[in-house]
Amino acid sequence: MIEPSAIATSPEAAAEHVKLAARDIRFHYGDALALKGIDLEVPEHRVTALIGPSGCGKSTLLRVFNRIYELYPGQRAEGQVLLDGQDVLARNYPLAQLRSRIGMVFQKPVPFPMTIYDNVAYGISHYEKLPRAEMDARVEAALTRAALWDEVKDKLKKSALGLSGGQQQRLCIARAIAIEPEVILFDEPTSALDPIATARIEQLIEELKHQFTILIVTHNMQQAARCSDYTAFMYLGELVERGRTDQIFTRPTQKRTEDYITGRFG
Amino acid sequence: MRPLAHSRARHLRRRFTNGVALVLSVLATVFGLVFLVWIVWTTFSRGLEALNLDLFTQMTPPPNEAGGLLNAFFGSAVISALAIAIGTPIGIGAGIWLAEYARGSRLGNTVRFVNDILLSAPSIVLGLFIYALVVLPMGHFSAFAGAIALALVALPVIVRTTDEMLQLVPGQMREAALSLGIPQWKVTMQILFRAARPGIVTGILLALARISGETAPLLFTAYNNQFWSTNLMEPMANVPMVIYQYALSPFASWNALAWAGALIVMLFVLTLSLLARAILLRQRMPAND
Repeated sequence: MIEPSAIATSPEAAAEHVKLAARDIRFHYGDALALKGIDLEVPEHRVTALIGPSGCGKSTLLRVFNRIYELYPGQRAEGQVLLDGQDVLARNYPLAQLRSRIGMVFQKPVPFPMTIYDNVAYGISHYEKLPRAEMDARVEAALTRAALWDEVKDKLKKSALGLSGGQQQRLCIARAIAIEPEVILFDEPTSALDPIATARIEQLIEELKHQFTILIVTHNMQQAARCSDYTAFMYLGELVERGRTDQIFTRPTQKRTEDYITGRFG
Repeated sequence: MRPLAHSRARHLRRRFTNGVALVLSVLATVFGLVFLVWIVWTTFSRGLEALNLDLFTQMTPPPNEAGGLLNAFFGSAVISALAIAIGTPIGIGAGIWLAEYARGSRLGNTVRFVNDILLSAPSIVLGLFIYALVVLPMGHFSAFAGAIALALVALPVIVRTTDEMLQLVPGQMREAALSLGIPQWKVTMQILFRAARPGIVTGILLALARISGETAPLLFTAYNNQFWSTNLMEPMANVPMVIYQYALSPFASWNALAWAGALIVMLFVLTLSLLARAILLRQRMPAND
């Protein structure tokens, strides 16, 4: 599926390019301060996991990166989000460009009420006017990379609502990668799925990192341990600790991190 | 053994209370249903007697002569269709604004409240309003004025359903579409609207059902016409007004025609309601499997 050509480096590789960085992010829901100054670096072509107990602000942080929170009046973010060094939170940074570069996959799979084919083609056709054959190829490529092609190739013209939950979630992934973003944000992508579907998604994330930079929010610590290179632990709106996943899970430097991953709270 | 006896007494008391509540609620249901069935039954039996082919091929007759309701059916169809054609785009537009652009805003909530008032406004008031606004300046009754009055009756229904159906679309679908970098108007028109469409179509059908039996708004606007007329700027016959006029008349032939008209209107509304239900059911099906 994926050419393992280019990036077969290990997380230990020295000079990692910081693709996405949060700088002193403070987030307000009305009067409540949900993020109290978050700094986080997300290296390119790696999977970074955000873990922490419910309400710690991990999903909120994720929603800052593509400014989807702006949909809701009363929500506001301060600080900087640097994408390749450029502040995308700046008022004059075009929202459409930001969202074409940073894609998002949500907790509940939400296919659009159209055919499987159109679900994937919809985003592409917004950016590029392609001839039919080229569009077919792009849709097939996206579905293949999302490990869904074999299951849906004979029913591309059927409604996407007829797919199983796990298939729907892979369709949402195909939809997100079809427009070729550079970063993909996953917001608890498997919390609505059964263990088998979950395993497939995790395997997929592992493969996708060769081409994309991945940031995943999960409340499942095994999942973070299984499929991430870096893990950041958040607690009560603060980023407590961030490091290589094996280090976080075996030798955390902070007491709160250790308490959380050993199951003493959360 | 006292605790047991105690609990036994309590058990009996509860069974008794439950029985009384059950009997009362069944009685209330039967009371309501009796009148409904009575109305439907009377309309059916009296209407069926007068039902024949002439009804759909002949004009409204002079007293004690044979005739039908063709001009009234035609008029009702034209006036209602025009009302829906006027009310639908405005209603959908306003509903989209309420659900997508004015969410949580004070102005949006105010408009929604005013729309709810309009929804329950007595239709005769709307008729009088159009009488003052359209009929008086024109100097005479017209089908056009009737259509505008009925559009005002249909409008709040369509606004309300569009608003509600769009709000029922999961927020994550909105976010998923926006997160692809697609602008909000496009997301609304191409995705959210598509998801809400069966519900909105249902709302339009129910609005049509509602206006097809309205008499009061037409009393001051379209009025009535005993002849065939296709001129929108002239008074036009319509079923509710004909029923009103014929039912009050002392002539048996007119009374019979009124029953037949009532039956047709009832069947029409019933069909629309069933259709609306079928559309909603069909939409739910794929989501379930």
